[in-house]
Amino acid sequence: MNYNVTEKGYYGTFGGAYIPEMLYPNVENLRQNYLKIMQEPSFKEEFDQLLKDYVGRPSPLYFAKRLSKKHNTKVYLKREDLNHTGAHKVNNTIGQILVAKKLGKKRIIAETGAGQHGVATATVCALMGIDCIVYMGEIDITRQAPNVARMKMLGAEVRPATSGSKTLKDATNEAIRDWINNPVDTHYIIGSAIGPHPYPDMVTRFQSVISEEIKWQLKEKEGRENPDYVVACIGGGSNAAGTYYHFLHEKEVGIIAVEAAGKGIHSGESAATSALGKEGIIHGCRTLLMQTNDGQITEPYSISAGLDYPGVGPLHSHLYTSGRGEFYSATDDEAMTSGLELTKLEGIIPAIESSHALAIFKHKTFNPDDVVVISLSGRGDKDLDNYIKYFNL
Amino acid sequence: MQEEKKLLSIYFTAGYPDLNNTVQIIQDLEKNGVDMIEIGLPFSDPLADGPTIQASSTKALENGMTTNLLFKQLKNIRETVSIPLIIMGYFNPMMQYGVEAFCKKCQEIGIDGLIIPDLPVDVYHEEYQVIFEKYGLINVFLITPQTSDERINFIDSVSNGFIYMVSSASVTGSQSGFGNTQQNYFKRIAAMNLKNPQIVGFGISNTETFSQATTDAKGAIIGSAFIKHLTSKGVNNIGEFVKSIR
Repeated sequence: MNYNVTEKGYYGTFGGAYIPEMLYPNVENLRQNYLKIMQEPSFKEEFDQLLKDYVGRPSPLYFAKRLSKKHNTKVYLKREDLNHTGAHKVNNTIGQILVAKKLGKKRIIAETGAGQHGVATATVCALMGIDCIVYMGEIDITRQAPNVARMKMLGAEVRPATSGSKTLKDATNEAIRDWINNPVDTHYIIGSAIGPHPYPDMVTRFQSVISEEIKWQLKEKEGRENPDYVVACIGGGSNAAGTYYHFLHEKEVGIIAVEAAGKGIHSGESAATSALGKEGIIHGCRTLLMQTNDGQITEPYSISAGLDYPGVGPLHSHLYTSGRGEFYSATDDEAMTSGLELTKLEGIIPAIESSHALAIFKHKTFNPDDVVVISLSGRGDKDLDNYIKYFNL
Repeated sequence: MQEEKKLLSIYFTAGYPDLNNTVQIIQDLEKNGVDMIEIGLPFSDPLADGPTIQASSTKALENGMTTNLLFKQLKNIRETVSIPLIIMGYFNPMMQYGVEAFCKKCQEIGIDGLIIPDLPVDVYHEEYQVIFEKYGLINVFLITPQTSDERINFIDSVSNGFIYMVSSASVTGSQSGFGNTQQNYFKRIAAMNLKNPQIVGFGISNTETFSQATTDAKGAIIGSAFIKHLTSKGVNNIGEFVKSIR
């Protein structure tokens, strides 16, 4: 089985570019050039340099001794939370801003839900001195005020998405409309492994630095490159795609995804796309998505703003339907208590997104000698309000 | 020699302003001399549309519009209406209904064709063209000022009805008047001598923009301006709107 994208942009039957003709020239230009650009020595050099000196990579692969003891297995945490801006998102925005520059683009747009991708985009735009407009749902703007302030400090313009449900899905629609209206000078930095081809592949490649590092780091610590399992949370699926990438074709490595079950898979307030979704088209991509029988896209729910997207990247749909990946979902409660457990045992406050990955221990028991690598995709500073409310701190 | 009559085509969103306006709107448009109608099947996430059409879609869905209901409303439409009827909608609701079942239903009702902005010509050509042709439906593709000549020729070769010329790089309802750039684009396309006639859409809202858009093209489509008219004047003054165009 092949898990890499095909020439036409598909993972199995998922992916492709289901876009209005107005977007075709931009997406086609990107498709024809992204691999060429990423392979240029000058690009690689600048990308690697920025990841090292600006982002602070490699991020540590940390053996979590007390967590391991608690769950009677060997747990390593890939510390994406230690990156500049506090999450894995910046790996991709650094890559895409360099691509945008090579394509001669003068203006950057992005969508954001919780604000993490918006901040990561505003950050690289400040770094490069390029205009930045971030679309954010009106409701998210009020829920995520500190990140809105960060983006503004970084010089970005935050434009509210006032249509539909006024959250991430609608911010994405607005960003796409902006791109339609500005077809020549603008590059759209999509933050997850979603959207029309080549976005899922491009984002996955930029995030694949995560699994590339895990390989040599694990070799140093365990004497082998391949763990028994890699675990990541999935919303759209960018940190998961990066965490899995170099293990996709390593059969002995188990691939585990944890989605957000919200208040329970069948509660009507959930974001467990693989369990609840059906194949369809969202934001230019054929993939699993949550929708009504009539094909209207529904609004997901999770306590974690980074996971409440109604679709999942096409790579992940393929991993799910082909059986290559094991998919679980964690409720708000399971995620929150797992986040608190990590905090108490290891002194690390995780982002609530990452807490979903940590909740794997509530669903699966590992062998004592299994090596389990969990992507700690972000830090919990942005979620302090939620933790305070949830635990009455 | 009498000047060739230009086609006036009107778009409206099914289920807007009220759930059961569909048939009356179609009948009134025909009565008032409209040449073709695009019936919008509402979608939750209409990427290519601007705020006016999007808001009408949201309202139509709140009103309870569904694919099944639209087909039910249109069941006997051919008893009273004879001008071409096109369904315009996004691909996901059609996929969920089943593309073949959807096309079959359209044929039964007497729908002439479909406009699906997010079904690219390449995918259509490879996967769905056979089905559309089986049920005698035309599929209408969009071109824009950024579309290359090579791609326009490909679209022309795959099309069998007309080509929808998007007047400028924009979502629907966002233009006011056509400048030189657009006029040159209209001329460039006219000079390509395509086998399919072209109908211009996006940015047409009054007599002036209608006549500019149709100087070289066969006709023009009006959407957002008509939705705005329905919003402010209701469904009983459709003649007034049509007269304001030509």
